Amino acid sequence: MDWSRIFTNVAGEIFAPTTAAYALGAIGLNIHFGLTGLLNMGQAGFMLLGAYGFAIATIAGWPLYAAVLVAMAAAAVFALILGIPTLKLRGDYLAIVTIAAAEIVRLVGRSTALTEITGASSGLRGNEYKHTFTGASPFPDTVWSLGPFSYATNASNSWWIRIVAWVVVGLACLLVYLLIKSPWGRVLKGIREDEDAVRSLGKNVYSYKMQSLILGGVIGAVAGIIYVLPRAVQPDSMGRPMTFFIWTILLLGGAATVFGPVLGSIIFWAGLMLIKTVMRDGVPETIMRNEQIEQFGWIIVGVTLMLLVIFRPQGILGDKKELAINVR
Amino acid sequence: MSADLPTTDVRESRRAAVAATLADVERVPGAKKPDPIVVADHITRHFGGMTAVDVDHIEIQRGAITALIGPNGAGKTTLFNLLTGFDKPSTGTWSFDGKSLHGVSAARVARSGMVRTFQLTKALSRMLVIENMRLGATKQPGENLATALFPPLWKAREKEITVQAEELLARFKLDTKRDDFAGSLSGGQRKLLEMARALMSKPTMVMLDEPMAGVNPALTQSLLGHVEALRDEGTTVLFVEHDMHMVRHISDWVIVMAEGRIVAEGPPETVMQDQAVVDAYLGKHHDTDLGDDSLLDDDTTEQLEAEVRAEAIARGEQEETS
Repeated sequence: MDWSRIFTNVAGEIFAPTTAAYALGAIGLNIHFGLTGLLNMGQAGFMLLGAYGFAIATIAGWPLYAAVLVAMAAAAVFALILGIPTLKLRGDYLAIVTIAAAEIVRLVGRSTALTEITGASSGLRGNEYKHTFTGASPFPDTVWSLGPFSYATNASNSWWIRIVAWVVVGLACLLVYLLIKSPWGRVLKGIREDEDAVRSLGKNVYSYKMQSLILGGVIGAVAGIIYVLPRAVQPDSMGRPMTFFIWTILLLGGAATVFGPVLGSIIFWAGLMLIKTVMRDGVPETIMRNEQIEQFGWIIVGVTLMLLVIFRPQGILGDKKELAINVR
Repeated sequence: MSADLPTTDVRESRRAAVAATLADVERVPGAKKPDPIVVADHITRHFGGMTAVDVDHIEIQRGAITALIGPNGAGKTTLFNLLTGFDKPSTGTWSFDGKSLHGVSAARVARSGMVRTFQLTKALSRMLVIENMRLGATKQPGENLATALFPPLWKAREKEITVQAEELLARFKLDTKRDDFAGSLSGGQRKLLEMARALMSKPTMVMLDEPMAGVNPALTQSLLGHVEALRDEGTTVLFVEHDMHMVRHISDWVIVMAEGRIVAEGPPETVMQDQAVVDAYLGKHHDTDLGDDSLLDDDTTEQLEAEVRAEAIARGEQEETS
């Protein structure tokens, strides 16, 4: 078994742009679920909408910052439309509506009627919308190597996207840190515990839930941009499975914590890579073929999520004491 | 009782003063009060075909402790929900402190100074006791998303409310629990916490929904003291309660509800004698000591059995006619 290659692959996942994108998506979901108790089952929808907004605006000739603003605005409007009818109802309704709405975004995006704009099911090719982002890079066009890791400076799966992605993740963590410690975060936690109690103390619960939904959704949209920059906008790669991976990541790292989503994402992707590469080398073709190993990796993810919820519901970084007194 | 609370003498004189202002109030349902803080007219609330509340007129005296009593299902909690904006009445108008509360949300009712507690205590379990308290304070700049990101803009107010919260916790003897999760408190302590939290907003009127339910006798006395202390400070209190001892002990005025209507009003000493109250709420033998041996006399037993038979016949006739 080639351990140095396995190690390189696994370590490469730790700071891959995809890991950062999922971490960011989970940070958004953490604001919804960890802080406010909103059951958003459609975070992938926010991400896909952000990806579409960014890509379509760029293709239309808009500059980088404007395209990012379009993505964020699209997510904010989406959150508003979802929130107005559902946030006054009990939590479960939001779960149903968000999972359906995320599917609507995906199905509309891949419908042939919109081929001109969204590229239907084949999506938008990366080269059509990457130029503003790569153009903003201060680095010369070359290939840099750091130890065993060798990537282009600017093109596609580059050092540039890695640096930007992790800086954005860092900023999002700072934002959540500041908010968790603020009176605003306190009101959200109160709503998570008991809406009526918070209402009886004179807080406009509806408005706070809406702010939370929009903020988490906008962070999700930025995650979507980062997710599609090293690849293409593929509506079918940003469906329900993506939402569930984000949930796994959030619960793995620990909901209502600042660094939980980041740690969760790193462990999730590095762990998955470890299982796959070790099995590819160690399991003979006669027992399990390559594509079966791929599937087997996902089975292990599912089992891990189940074990996690049963034996360590607070996640890796969560406060055990806080969850132990969950009386409901 | 801690030193900063008024002495018993002050309390008694305050009670006497409130009693004096209510002395001339008519002992009828919907009586006019000299200085009402809450006035409501023609409030009804239907759940399907059932009328839960049907109140023609109700006034709550400012600065007094008013008890709302009545048998189960009398509509007390529903009326509470209607007054505090947690439920919307089918018809009716009502005002608090001169301002109409028609169509006003629960949060705005609370901000205008009328704060409630709940029958099933709503302590925010997975938050610290001190955080529960801080949440109760109003006018916090840090509760705005934009200012929340810049601590210097809200640190000063945070310090103020922390001091206020610690004072209240000390008064309610919860100061040792300051940094515990609220979920780890006992049932009675949660009641205390909920009441203390409601006081963080310095309300003009406090609505307590069964403050004594599930509280052990040792805590009852201190809870009673806290409610009376509110009156001493000029806060109006309206409470729903089943504990007749508490009602007699601390209330200045009692409003009795049965089947959604107000059936009687009066001071606690006399309202209990009102025939409508006795019939509706306490049962015909509420003053009889069940441990009294004389009840075991054959005469008494026969008399009781006769009453029961008469009632059964009367009920049968009623059902036939309806």
